[in-house]
Order: sequence, then C-alpha cells, then structure tokens
Amino acid sequence: MDRRRFLAGAFGTLSCSVLPAWASSSALARLLVLVELRGGNDGLNTVVPVDNGRYHDLRPRLGLKPDAVVRLADGPALHPSLGALEPLWAAGEVAVLQGVGYPRPNLSHFRSIEIWDTASDSEQVLQTGWLTRALQSTGDFSRYSADGVVLGAPDLGPLGGGARAIALNDPARFAALARLANGEAAPSRGALAHLVRVEADIARAGASIRPDAVFTTEFPRGPVGQAVKHAAGIAATGQVPVIRLALPGFDTHQNQLQVHGALLKQVADAVVALRLALTEQSLWDRTLVLTYSEFGRRPLENQTGGTDHGTASALFAFGPLVRGGVYGEAPDLQRLDDNGNARHAIDFRSIYAELLERLWQIPSERVLQKRHAPIGYLRA
Amino acid sequence: MSPTLRTVGLALALLVASAASAAAASGGPLGEQGARQLLTRAGFAPSAGEVARFAPLTQHAAVDRLLAESVDTAATPAPAWIDDRIVLLRELRALSDEERRAELQRQVRMGLELRGWWLREMATTESPLTERMTLFWHNHFVSAQPKVRWAQLMYRQNVLLRRHALGRFDVLLHQVARDPAMLVYLDTALNRRGAPNENFAREAMELFTLGEGRYGEADIKDAARAFTGWSFDPATGQFVFRRGLHDGGHKTVLGRSGPLDGDAVLDVLLSQPSTAEFVVSKLWREFVSPVPDAARVRPIADEFRSSGWRIDVAVRALLLQPEVIQRSEENALVKSPVELVVGLLRQSEGRLVAPAAAAVAMAGMGQNLFSPPNVRGWPGGDAWINTATLLARKQFVERALSPAPPDARPAMAMAAPAGEDGAEGLQRRLRMLEQVRSVRVDPDAWLKSAGLAPERPLSGTERARLEGVVLSVPPTVHAADGTLGLDVLRAAVLDPAYQLK
Repeated sequence: MDRRRFLAGAFGTLSCSVLPAWASSSALARLLVLVELRGGNDGLNTVVPVDNGRYHDLRPRLGLKPDAVVRLADGPALHPSLGALEPLWAAGEVAVLQGVGYPRPNLSHFRSIEIWDTASDSEQVLQTGWLTRALQSTGDFSRYSADGVVLGAPDLGPLGGGARAIALNDPARFAALARLANGEAAPSRGALAHLVRVEADIARAGASIRPDAVFTTEFPRGPVGQAVKHAAGIAATGQVPVIRLALPGFDTHQNQLQVHGALLKQVADAVVALRLALTEQSLWDRTLVLTYSEFGRRPLENQTGGTDHGTASALFAFGPLVRGGVYGEAPDLQRLDDNGNARHAIDFRSIYAELLERLWQIPSERVLQKRHAPIGYLRA
Repeated sequence: MSPTLRTVGLALALLVASAASAAAASGGPLGEQGARQLLTRAGFAPSAGEVARFAPLTQHAAVDRLLAESVDTAATPAPAWIDDRIVLLRELRALSDEERRAELQRQVRMGLELRGWWLREMATTESPLTERMTLFWHNHFVSAQPKVRWAQLMYRQNVLLRRHALGRFDVLLHQVARDPAMLVYLDTALNRRGAPNENFAREAMELFTLGEGRYGEADIKDAARAFTGWSFDPATGQFVFRRGLHDGGHKTVLGRSGPLDGDAVLDVLLSQPSTAEFVVSKLWREFVSPVPDAARVRPIADEFRSSGWRIDVAVRALLLQPEVIQRSEENALVKSPVELVVGLLRQSEGRLVAPAAAAVAMAGMGQNLFSPPNVRGWPGGDAWINTATLLARKQFVERALSPAPPDARPAMAMAAPAGEDGAEGLQRRLRMLEQVRSVRVDPDAWLKSAGLAPERPLSGTERARLEGVVLSVPPTVHAADGTLGLDVLRAAVLDPAYQLK
C-alpha cells in the first residue's frame, strides 16, 4: 500500500463511528469480551457457599461471614465487592457458572492457562488458541480488520498461534504509530515470518481501529478503568469480534482478604462501566462478557492469610445474550481430591462450545476436538 | 530427523553460508561477519572495534576469549542506597501520610535508579557475555520488585546472579534459594512448620530445575515442608534459619526419604538427569537457535553435570555450535528489548543519556528489568513481538536516530510537582519518561565507523556492506542502489530484520 492510500484509508475512517453495513444484521457482529483473571481466581470467595459449615471449617480466617456477603435475589451469595453486579442479575444478564474445570487438573499457572487458552486435554499440547481455530474455521471473519484486540496483556492467550491479534495499550497511540509498520514486506521464514506478519497486522488494523466514540459513561479510575474505556472505544468501531482484557494479581498466596476484595471490585466496576458504555453505543445487546482464570484456589486456607493453587472455580457470563441463572454445581467440600481441591462439575470446553455455536453459529466440534453438550447459559 | 539427514542438512547449511563463515566453521578465522554474529549472539551487537578484535580469531579461540574475559562484579558504581536499612511494612504503616508518601516515592525512585544502573552496566561492560548470563539467570531464578518491594534486595540478588553467572549451577541454586529477594518473592519467608506454603517448592521443581510434569503433587508438599524456617533478618537483610519454625519430620521427595531439609531437597533436584537437560535446552534457545536439537543437547547436559555443574562448560559448548556464527533466517532469534536497546547503543557507539527513561521504554517493549511478568519470566522468542511491542521498539529506534534537539523532559518527569504523588501522578510521569529520547545515536558517526560517507549515494556493494554491519539477516526490503547512506541506515534499523540476532 502506498503512503497516500494508507493515509486516505486512515483518515477516511476517522469520522466514521457507525458499524460497517454488513455487521448490523449478521450474527457475526456479535462481540465477545473476555476478562481474564490472571493468577487463579479464588472461586470459593467469589461465589460463596456461605451456608456451608464445611466452608467455614476450611477457612477460619478467610471465610466470608453470612452477614458480609451480597445475596442475589433467588441466587447465590457473592463476595461483598461484587455488589455492583446486583442490577445486572436483576435484569437477567448474569450467568453464574459453578465448578468449572477439567479432568486431571494441572496446578501450574502456565500449563493450566495454556490448557484453557488452547482448549486442550490436560496432557495434550496444542499450538493454537481456541479462538484462533474458531475464527479461522470460517472465512466470515476476514471482513473484520483484525480477529481480536488484546489489551494490556503480554500474551495473546486464546488468540495465539495465528489469529490476526492486535495487542495494544492505548488505541490512539497505536493508530498514530502504525505508520512505522510496513505491510508489504516479502514473505520469510522462521522468526522473520512472524515479524512480517505482525507488521502486516499493524498496517491493516492501524488504518481502521481508530476509536472516536465519545462516552458519557464515567469509567473507573486507574489502569483497569483505562483499559475498559479503550475496550469500549474499540468495540464501537465494530472492527473486531473479540476483545480480551487481562487483569493481573489473582495469585493470592497471602494477605488474600484485602487483596482479593480490591481485585473483585475492579472486575465488578469494569463490567458495570462496560455495560453502560456499550449501551450508549447500542452495542450491549450483541455483546457477551465472559470471565475466566487458569484455576481456582484450594478450599483450605494456608497459614499466610491466603490460598494455594486449586482447581475448579466459578466463572461469570454477562450480557443480554445470557440466560440469567446459576449453572453447574458448587464444589462439594466433603469430597475433595487427593490434593484437597474441588472436583469440577462443568468442563470449560462445554462453555466454549456453546459460545461458538450460539454467539457466532460456528460448529464447535472441529474446533474443540469433540462434541460438548450445551449447558444452556446462552439464549439459543 | 535421522543422523544422516541431519548431517546432510548441516552440510547444506554450511554450503550456502558465505565463504568466510564456511572457513570459520572449519576452524579458520571468523572474519568480520562471523565475529559480528558471535558477539551479537554471546553479548550485544558489537561496535566496529569489538568486531576487529575478534575477526582474526577462530570460533574456538574467540569463545575461549569471551569466557576468559568474563567478570563476576559490575564496573558501574552501585547506587548510593544499596546498604540503607529496609523500611518494614509495619514501620511504613506507622508513618504519617506525608512521610509515607515520601518513602513510597523514594522506593519508586530507587527502583528506577536500579534499572538505570544495570542498563548502564550492560551498555558499557567489557564483558557483554557476563551481563547476558546475569540477565539469563534473572529470567530463570525470577524475582520481581513489585512483590519484593525493596530495591536493596533486588540489587543484592543481581550481585549474586552476576557473581555466579558463569560459575557453578549447583552453588547458584543453593544460594538463590536463600537469597532474601527470592525468600520474599516465592513466599519461603512465610513458610513454617504446620503451615507450609508450596510456592517456592513448586517453582523450584517446575521452573528452576526439573521442568513441568517431572514431579508429583506429593513431592511438592513434602519439599515445601523441607524449606520451612528459611527466612531472613529484616534488620540486616541476611538469610536466617529459624529452627523453631522448621519441620524436621520425615519427607519423601522424588523417591528420596528422610528428615530432609531444604538443601537436601535441592540436592535431590540436582541428582535428576532432567535438570541439566532442562537448563541446557533453555541456554540453547538463548544462544543457538529457536528449537533445541535434543541429540546435541544431551551430551552438553552430560558434560555440564559431570563437570561439577560448571556453567562456563555448558556455555562454551553451546557457543561452539555452528548456528552461532551463521547468518540464517531459519535459526535467527528475536532480540530481547534489552538486546535491542543495548545492542543499538554499542554497535552505533551511541549515548545513553537517560538510563532510567530507557528502562521505562523497555518496559513498554515488554521487558521491565527487575520485574518479569511472573515467575516463569519473559517467555522470549516470537512472544517478544506483538503489534504493541513491535511498535514500541520501532518508535524507540526511530527516536534514537532522530536529529531532534535534547529535551528537558527526563528532569521534568522525575521532579514530582507538589500534589502529584498518587498512583495516577506516577503513571503519568512514567508515561512521560517513556517518551523521552533516552538514547542518542549519531547516524553520521555510525556510518563513518562502517567506512561509509553519510551524504553520498551508496553503490550496491556499499549498501550490502552496511546492511551486513547493521543486520544479522538480510532486510525484507532492500534499498535501491544509489540511496544515500543515511537513508539506507534508517531503513535497515526500521526493517523487521533489525529485531533479529
């Protein structure tokens, strides 16, 4: 692309915040926002079995007291920091997915998130992210400028291994610097091939992902709030089907009570702000937000005011596309595994499968290697 | 691949390599190109002077010289505060708001100075290999300042890593396990009898020695008990063993049983063959090629172990591999942000005008020194490059070569205006620092050191020579014959090939 055409493309989209014409009717126009809670979120203190005596036995110091939790109407008890989610629950926009994990769980952060990101079996190593495989299984997504945007994470997660993933911290700065990329370099081998592809991704996305939407929503302060604001701006361009936000700090081996509360408040505030902002843009009704984490934490608290690596955990799905309610089962605290960890009730891949089929009508069997029955957390 | 096929493949690779490096591979002098490749791989992209010193040597002689010239201490004067007593959290809480803010600001400043100190050492050291190995161990035995908090402890860990960078791995492992920054980072200091914390035990097996999947959960539980009582004295910052908190009971780790203590567990880990192979494979990816060749890794790992864990023995064997001096797209490795910035400085003989600002810019490229993202460290390789980090790299290089006048922003950014002390103010100041022109490269001088005139069109041969000086693999786009030297240089450092070594 020569410089003049490049600039014309760039500025041509500056004034254009409406969705591309093809996007308005198609299921493709649906947006997935992934919120990764990095480090292993403590599911038991997120969705709290507050009436279970065993929970308080296992967590004499960390257990949340019955009068402290947020009790959702006809629903589970949540950590007090998640109170801001109550209106979403009341609107039927929250699916609580309990006991989500996989067979033969791995307790290494890195291996376990790799299993989640690639949707592999516990002992199987796959090279491509599950969204990479899904988006590449159909040609339809080539109409987007990129397959996804990753905000504030050092890795591409489920968009790894070949998706046109755009990692950025600040979309305005990204757009301004995109001139440094050369989209026309010759194909190459080895690491150079990767570099050349990233240059091409920049050149293409830099010309179109230029957020110019103005929001009245007040975004939370701090880096997470900034990231949510950027996510909303990028969503409003209609140029990507996936946005992934990564929130660090959930590896709470110590001092968990204070740290975890602050982290969950960030999550709730982020979801609430995103909902407001995307509602302003008339995008919320086609958006699905899904939280995930590499594992939960051990039911028995450790002696340093924290919890060690665990297994099955609770996830949330948000938005008008979900069927509000509680799915799966709370961990059976009387029947822990040999490491004192919870057994899973829902295989995480059945959550992915349902998402692919109901959000985008992508047949999931080939992407996920086998058929996973839907659990019904999304509207058909 | 069968051995025969591999031999054929290797022979083919040698055939297509330039005549000079073919001579080098068969024991002849390295020549300029071979010397440049070796020095870039084993250290940072070299200046013309460094290349000239190594070009007459064979690969063997050059590697021996690199090892002989290694050092175990930094030459750059240490920051002034390294022996300051650490301010404990409970002391911090007891301070007034104003005092606390001042102390937190002091800690941020110390963290920045520390990064600048190491960067300056890397940019000026007589032994780039020593710094690369120190960085390698920083990324292997990871500790990160956000959790450790005290810059003094991070500094001392860095001193420890450098002292043993090319020494003995077994000694380094035992020393690191009792290093105060590590004791904080992986919670060993909180690990006590009856209340084990598994963090260190798990990572010691998964990331420091055996590799993932070569141990069971029961091994971790018992190993965690063995490290109970390992702590440090905040007053002196020194390791202490608190006998009263140690679990002296019976344990079984990887089949070895007894009242094992932490040192005994580390010895069990060192007795496993997979430890040497795990470390050598990682060193292979650091110095040789993206995918370790298991058949060549194994004998090096055996040598590593049987030499009494001499790191220099393993590094020597790796630096003698033919890939190390070849210009090959196939085996090219992605430069880390450190290698990009320090390499740019050294090969251009540029000036590091604002070390802390350069360190902040490197954080934007995905490598915040003293603060790897998690205990696995920076994954490296292709993972260094995504759309965000690649743009940050290019912007940094472009800015370093730009003729813009010096700016006053480093001083402005660091002098915190009153009332600007919160996390937001700090973020803003860090963002300002990232935009500072922290490295200055004089393109004219760089061209002259390559024997070329800046304001003159280059012939095809001259252009190829300049690309050979600046890049480790040919550029994706060649400048046309007759392009001015300055423009060829700018195009070369902004070509994707500049990100490779």
